[in-house]
Order: sequence, then C-alpha cells, then structure tokens
Amino acid sequence: MSVDIDTVKRVARLARIAVGAEDAARMTGELNAILGFVEQLDEVDISGVEPMTSVIPMAMKKRQDAVTDGDKAADIVANAPATDENFFLVPKVVE
Amino acid sequence: MTELIRLTIAEAREKLRAGEFTAVELTNAYLAAIDRANPALNAYVAVTHDKARAMASASDERIAAGNGGALEGIPLGIKDLFATEGVHTQACSHVLDGFKPRYESTVSANLWADGAVMLGKLNMDEFAMGSSNETSYYGPVVNPWRRSRQTVSVMPATHMGDGGFVQAGGATASRTLDNAQLVPGGSSGGSAAAVSAFLCAGATATDTGGSIRQPAAFTGTVGIKPTYGRCSRWGIVAFASSLDQAGPIARDVRDAAILLKSMASVDAKDTTSVDRPVPDYEAALGRSVKGMKVGIPKEYRVDGMPAEIEALWQKGIAWLKDAGAEIVDISLPHTKYALPAYYIVAPAEASSNLARYDGVRYGLRVPGKDIVEMYENTRAAGFGREVKRRIMIGTYVLSAGYYDAYYLRAQKVRTLIKRDFEIAFEAGIDVILTPATPSAAFGLADEDMKADPVKMYLNDVFTVTVNMAGLPGIAVPAGLDSSGLPLGLQLIGRPFDEETLFQTAHVIEQAAGRFQPEPWW
Repeated sequence: MSVDIDTVKRVARLARIAVGAEDAARMTGELNAILGFVEQLDEVDISGVEPMTSVIPMAMKKRQDAVTDGDKAADIVANAPATDENFFLVPKVVE
Repeated sequence: MTELIRLTIAEAREKLRAGEFTAVELTNAYLAAIDRANPALNAYVAVTHDKARAMASASDERIAAGNGGALEGIPLGIKDLFATEGVHTQACSHVLDGFKPRYESTVSANLWADGAVMLGKLNMDEFAMGSSNETSYYGPVVNPWRRSRQTVSVMPATHMGDGGFVQAGGATASRTLDNAQLVPGGSSGGSAAAVSAFLCAGATATDTGGSIRQPAAFTGTVGIKPTYGRCSRWGIVAFASSLDQAGPIARDVRDAAILLKSMASVDAKDTTSVDRPVPDYEAALGRSVKGMKVGIPKEYRVDGMPAEIEALWQKGIAWLKDAGAEIVDISLPHTKYALPAYYIVAPAEASSNLARYDGVRYGLRVPGKDIVEMYENTRAAGFGREVKRRIMIGTYVLSAGYYDAYYLRAQKVRTLIKRDFEIAFEAGIDVILTPATPSAAFGLADEDMKADPVKMYLNDVFTVTVNMAGLPGIAVPAGLDSSGLPLGLQLIGRPFDEETLFQTAHVIEQAAGRFQPEPWW
C-alpha cells in the first residue's frame, strides 16, 4: 500500500500537525519508503496467532480506590503557557 | 584532577569511603571536565553546577556520619527524557520548551536515594527517536572517538639510481587521529558520549529499539537494557510504552551492574513494573560460565555485514568457548521481521503518546486563529522532522480501515518473534550472543542516511528484536575495527535473568579488555 499527497494531508490533519504543500510532498515520499519497508510483513503466516498485548505475562495490578494525591493545582498549571487563577487558558472555543 | 574522573564507580566508591578525597572534590573535577569539553562534544544540554555541589556536600556529610548509600557521592548524568524536579526536562524537543517538572522520575529518585549526585541533563535524539543523536533540538552530540590511521614516518632515505627505489633508513608506526566527526549513536548519544569522555561516572539512558546498546557499542561503553518491567517508567517521557525501558550506560560491566541495582525497583506508580526483588547484580561477576549454553542465531548473519563484525562475533564465540561455555547454533526464524514490525508498533504508540503536546498544559504554544489551528501550529513548530514522520506513520497505521492490516498484523508478528526466543530458551539455551550493531560509528550528517530514513533504522537490526520480546540485552565492547573505532557484542538473556548477562559480559570484558578514546576535545 502507498499513500498519495491527499492522504498525507488528511493524516496530518488527524495528527494536528500543520503541513505546507512542500512538506506534504516530501513526506509522501518518506512515508511510502517506510510503508514499502514494512510491506515484507505480508509474507508472514499469522493464521491462528494471537496479537501481543503484554510482553511480560502479568496480572493487571490494582490498588485501593482511595485518594492518594491532590491539592496541587498550582503545580499542575506551573508549566502552562497561559493560565488564570489555576485554569489553563485556550483560544475561545464557544461563541 | 583528571585522574579522579578516570576512576570507575567501583573505584571511586571505595576511595570516597576511605576518605582519600571528598564527594565535592570528585564533583568539581567532573564539572570542570564538562565545562572544558562540552563546547566540543555537546553531550550535556543542561549542567546543574549548584545542585551538583549541594548534593555532593550532603554526600560528604553522610559519608562522615558513616551512613553513605550504595552510590554515595558518585556523579551521574541523566538523559533528558527523565523528569528531574525543577530541572530542564525536554526530551531534547522544542515542543517542551522551558518545561521544568514539579516531580522526579522513579529511576532518578532511586539514584538520589542511594546518594548519587546529578551533574546535569544529557543530550539525546528528540523524544528518543533516532540512532545518531542528530534529531536533537539542541544539535548533534559528537563521538569522543575518531577514526585513526596507521602512519609510518620514514627516516632519511637513500635514492638508489634510476629505478626510483627508495630504501627507508628506519620507520616508526603510530596512529594519527582523523578529524572527521562521528556520531555517538542514539538515542542515548549524550549518555554514551559523556560516559566515554569521562564527563560523568555513569549515566541513565533508555532503550526502545536499541537506544542504550547501539550508542554503547559506538563509544566503547557498556549498556544494558533490562527486561521490560524491571525499571519503573514513571516520570520518563513516553515514546512507545510497550517497548520503553530504562537502563544504565557505564565504563565497565561492574559499574553497569552497580547502577542497575539502584535504578531497578517495583513501583506502584507504574503498573507494568514487576513485583520481584532486585538481585545483587555485582555478585554475578566472576562466576564461571563453564557448561553454560550460548546460542548463536544464524539469522543475525545479515547481508552486507562487514567482515570485521563477523570476525568480532567469532572472537566472542572463541572467548566463551575457552571459558568453558558450550556453543550451540540456534535459529530465530522471525528475526528479519522485527524491524518492520517495530516501525508499525513504535510509531503507533508514539502517535498516541505524543498527542499530549498541544500547547495547552506545558511547553511551546504557537497561536492560531482558533484552537485547532493553535494545536496544528504548535505541533508543526515544536516537533522535528523525524518525530513528525513517526507521528504520521503511527496515525496512518491506526486510522480507520488500516488497523488490521498494519497494527494488528505487527502485534501478531511480535508474538512470533517472542516465541522464537521462548523455543530457544526452552531448549536449554542460557544466553544468546550476537553483534551489537551492523557497523562502527558513522560520520555526522551522513548523506545516505539523510536521504533514506530506512537506512538509519537498519542500525537497530540486531537490538530491536530484544525490545519486541521484552527481554534483557547488554552491549559490551569487544574490540576495535581497522580504523581504531570500538565495536560491541550483544548478549540476550531470559526474562529477568540480567545476572547471567553481567556474568557472561564480564567474561568477554576480561578477554577483550577495556577501550578508551584518546582525548582531543
């Protein structure tokens, strides 16, 4: 399978990365090189094989359903580009 | 105080305890070496002079009081991927501009609890995506190793008639360093270069497809990727969560064992960390390998592999045989599919993990006319080319209609790769010996690799299988190539059997010796 420039632009939108026309053209070539490389997986007989879900077999660990953390609003917003009274500020999304 | 920085961790540990010098003296010696060398090598992206001196001073007090920890006063470098409280933590990406976390990663917290001293944060490929440390926003790291060539100086010669025959009066051979800059490997290129150039006693690193072992092999250092789950991933910037593991890069096998003992732990904050005791890895050194079954997988003999790599492998086989190990030819038939499967699984997980960099909660924000345009502009400006490439591949293979053809198939192939290893271990193989990399360190800005991303990916052909199967793997220096560059061998072990890796790597180290670059920086 290979991708065309329109697919690349659509994937870039899904990934929320602004891509100009020149970048999209370059990426089309690069993505096709990688997709060409992974195509060899088609030769592998995978019938009856379970997909890997956990590389080391282990039971999912559970913990007490209790509050163990919190009261850190100032720490949480400390690195944000724009905040106001411990809220993250973003461009207006509702008119 | 250059002699201080040349001590191994084991040596410095004893001398600190004996009071031969103080932790502050040792730390100052390293800081001076960093300040001198870093403009040339670019191994550190942040040097924490004041914090290092304060930590060293506290170590001296604990040593004086007789309650020093296992790493008391030992100065370490930390890969920029580990969250360090109040200190530069940006995964060497522009998108995390200015990020200083309010928390500490479990691995680094374990090291500080044992008394280690932080010298600073180490350069790396952006988000650990790369094999040459050239994708860092902070510029490439330069390998402290350079190619050298044999030069013969000819003494006064005699001209012997018309034939132009020159008889040398006497000749002396020496090696001349070539000026060409080489990459240290990646993604933990800063860690490997700093350890190799004596800019820290040891370093933390991470390995998703070979990012500890390949740079260790390129710099003549020892690097171990432990079993998935051995070290907590909490506070390590996520790349591909089912593959990422932390481990140390050190100057010798003993130091790697000492560091891993401190880094590894069970951690309630990482549900994939494994609840089993951490052994005393150092105790495994010196144990005989007599009767051990060492597997040699035929699939690792790849097309176009340089003769020097094959020769190195044979040398490793001979050393282990001489030490009493039994050499067994084995087959790992799905080896060649590990790299293509990796380039589906890793980008898929990365595209999901890196969705969090949106210009809202931390790091860079580039404005747009609305929130979506702000996301798109931020991510376009914040991510480098290789990171964008992998996010795009990951988004594509996970998108509607392609999931089964790519991601699900790759995860099934991964099951087969793991099964290959299980069959070998069930047949009684204790450890597997392979080359660590298909070549020695290559030049900065290599044109071939720039033109074709897949060429760069092939660097991980021998290491990536280990991540896909979750197994432990160690790279240990085993010799120099004809250009005088270090080459490494890799040992692969059973899950959680890091002890056998240290034991066997130590035998190779004893036979091969240790390798140090000639300072030019």
